[in-house]
Amino acid sequence: MSDPMSESTIGAHGRMITVEIMGRPYAVPEGLTMLRAMWYTGHEVVRGAGCLGGFCGACAVTYRTKEDVRLRNGLGCQTLVEDGMSFYLNFAYYPNRKAVYDLDRISDPKQELFKIYPEASLCRNCNACTEACPQGIDVRDGVWKAVFGDFEKVSEMFMDCVMCGQCIPVCIADIAPNHVALYASRAQGALLTAPPQDLARRIADIQSGKYADEWKKILSMNEEEIKAAAQPSQ
Amino acid sequence: MDPIEESKSRVLTGRDERRALTIPILTPADKDRLVHAYHPDYKKEEYHPIRIGPNAGERTVREVAELLESDSPVPAGLDLTPQYRVDVLVVGGGGAGATAALTAKALGADVLLVTKLRMGDSNTVMAQGGMQVAITEDDSPVTHFFDTLRGGHHKNDPHLLKVLVEEGPMAAQWLIGLGVLFDRDESGNLKTKKGGGSTKPRLLTCSDYTGLEIMRVLKDEVLNKQIPILEFSPVVELLTDPDGRCSGAVLKNMDNGRFIIVSAKSVILATGGSGRLHIEGFPTSNHYGATGDALVLAYRTGAKLAHADTFQYHPTGSVFPEQLAGALVTEGIRSDGGHLVNRNGKRFVNELDTRDVVAAAIIRECAEGRGVKTPSGRVGVWLDVPMIDLLMGDGSITKRFPAMVRQFERYGIDIRKEPVLIYPTLHYQNGGVAIDVEGRSNVAGLFVAGEASGGLHGRNRLMGNSLLDLIVFGKRAGSAAAKRAKSVPAGKLTLSHVTRFRKELEKNGIKPKRVAPIILPDYVRREAITPAALIKP
Repeated sequence: MSDPMSESTIGAHGRMITVEIMGRPYAVPEGLTMLRAMWYTGHEVVRGAGCLGGFCGACAVTYRTKEDVRLRNGLGCQTLVEDGMSFYLNFAYYPNRKAVYDLDRISDPKQELFKIYPEASLCRNCNACTEACPQGIDVRDGVWKAVFGDFEKVSEMFMDCVMCGQCIPVCIADIAPNHVALYASRAQGALLTAPPQDLARRIADIQSGKYADEWKKILSMNEEEIKAAAQPSQ
Repeated sequence: MDPIEESKSRVLTGRDERRALTIPILTPADKDRLVHAYHPDYKKEEYHPIRIGPNAGERTVREVAELLESDSPVPAGLDLTPQYRVDVLVVGGGGAGATAALTAKALGADVLLVTKLRMGDSNTVMAQGGMQVAITEDDSPVTHFFDTLRGGHHKNDPHLLKVLVEEGPMAAQWLIGLGVLFDRDESGNLKTKKGGGSTKPRLLTCSDYTGLEIMRVLKDEVLNKQIPILEFSPVVELLTDPDGRCSGAVLKNMDNGRFIIVSAKSVILATGGSGRLHIEGFPTSNHYGATGDALVLAYRTGAKLAHADTFQYHPTGSVFPEQLAGALVTEGIRSDGGHLVNRNGKRFVNELDTRDVVAAAIIRECAEGRGVKTPSGRVGVWLDVPMIDLLMGDGSITKRFPAMVRQFERYGIDIRKEPVLIYPTLHYQNGGVAIDVEGRSNVAGLFVAGEASGGLHGRNRLMGNSLLDLIVFGKRAGSAAAKRAKSVPAGKLTLSHVTRFRKELEKNGIKPKRVAPIILPDYVRREAITPAALIKP
């Protein structure tokens, strides 16, 4: 059983290492995630934490490891601190534009992409978005696939996307790749995939009252009768 | 050999023998005996009486009892001049809140959505197992009803449950219309998987990203409909009119600490559950803001709670690596045939029994010395993930569980080759604020949807019913709230229920142990901070 108040030391083991949080050096035990290192060093975190499970993208971080010139992106609830690492929680708030659209009024979703996200076709292939993605998605390729109308492939590639938005500020063509992909994916699901027949059949059954008699019987039972009826005879 | 490695080798070598073994689903009597002996819900010493309010006389866990007897953070003389006047105030940015907001908006209501984190940061986003909908030929809403009832120990409200199962297919259709990409089979029908406690396969999935896919789409649609959203603005108190009807709420802007007053004809609480209360000291799979806000907010206005003493401990929370302690390992692993194995290499429960039974069985194994100790002192049993590739062909794990592969890969564990160690983790608030089929609490103007509500799931939620609950009852609450807003004028804004509640605390000699809603758990370490030398560039 864990003491809930020990949340800031979960994972701690071994030696103390030095990390830099927003430019200040702190000694923290090895084994902490970046977010736990924040709590460990007395930081209250309001913006910058969400599901704590690596799914919501709220804890986007920018960091650099020792003696590496490269700035990296990651998720603060999933990335472990290393000796000599420097990082900050970047709050993942960008005043970017998400196009507003009505899926019900779109007849040609692939053409519509150029109306709602015209910048999508201006990708200059710098690959910064792919480098920035903490989920390992080939974002640049996804943008091109969207532009060429392969929405099905885009929807598969971006199923892992947590919408952390780290691909947005790095784009030199002002594309918000995650939003482009989400549009393509939604259009694929809503407009370009045939509706499932089994589901339609079941809805028709329900609406025609197929189960009405059974419900009448069940809802008039007392607790004991329902209990008996619930035992599987199959 | 290291005892962990030794035990692990027994998992890998004993597969044929284990597959030959059939473990039946427990009978109701055996199930009762097991959960009474080992499930945390039945640990009497953890339970305290509720002393005031609509549920006075009942018992619940200490953490919830303290929450219900807490003081309000709002000072008595607060200026209640509203900054916002709306028809419907939706509190919570997860699946239920988004669905309620979209539904109310579609009916012409003026909607404001407020949330304590960002829109979409929720438990919904982490739901991996899927959504139960009875669509296959040999399944029916009635079968779904009885499966759920058995899972809930027959304590589910049958009227709520009938709505859930019968509106399930329509809920799925609505999501598909918004662009949610559920997995399909070769003929284009929806793929279904069997979940624990279910007699038929009826889980709809988007690989192991079902909740993420649903939440991503719902959030995008809320933005498309241009519903105003206030993020980092939790409700810290409700407002009532002189007759006790809910008429609005006090929010707190977490960036500048100021209160924000909202007048609303209907208020929908969709604030989720309470895992971050760490009930009985358990780690949790829940998001950062799951502090049971709806329970205390609604309770102070006089709303009755249902089953507020029962919680779901998901059988398979990770215990190793330590960094993932409490994080969920999806039930999908067991649906696809992964075995639970104790230290001695033996199976000990039907992996697809209901969650309370499987959790209790794991606790029993560990309590009786058949668990595996991790280097940091936790204990757990094995979940044999790599079996899935053996059963379903190479590459199945990568294709079906990309999120989990990624999660463990970060710590150098390849779940395609190695079993993982698990122990139950605090996962879901089975009960909550009692609602009727329209999502109404017993306080006029106050609606509740999703995990915050109570009655639907009985004493143990069947897996896959939570995502469905969000959509079906999010829609119901959104619709009823919008209709109410059309027929009533905006109510007067008072804190009279808070005054009454404070008097009741005093009369009963109760000194509140805390101020609530808690909003965010306090994980900040108070000890001295070790200085460090500057890092050289």
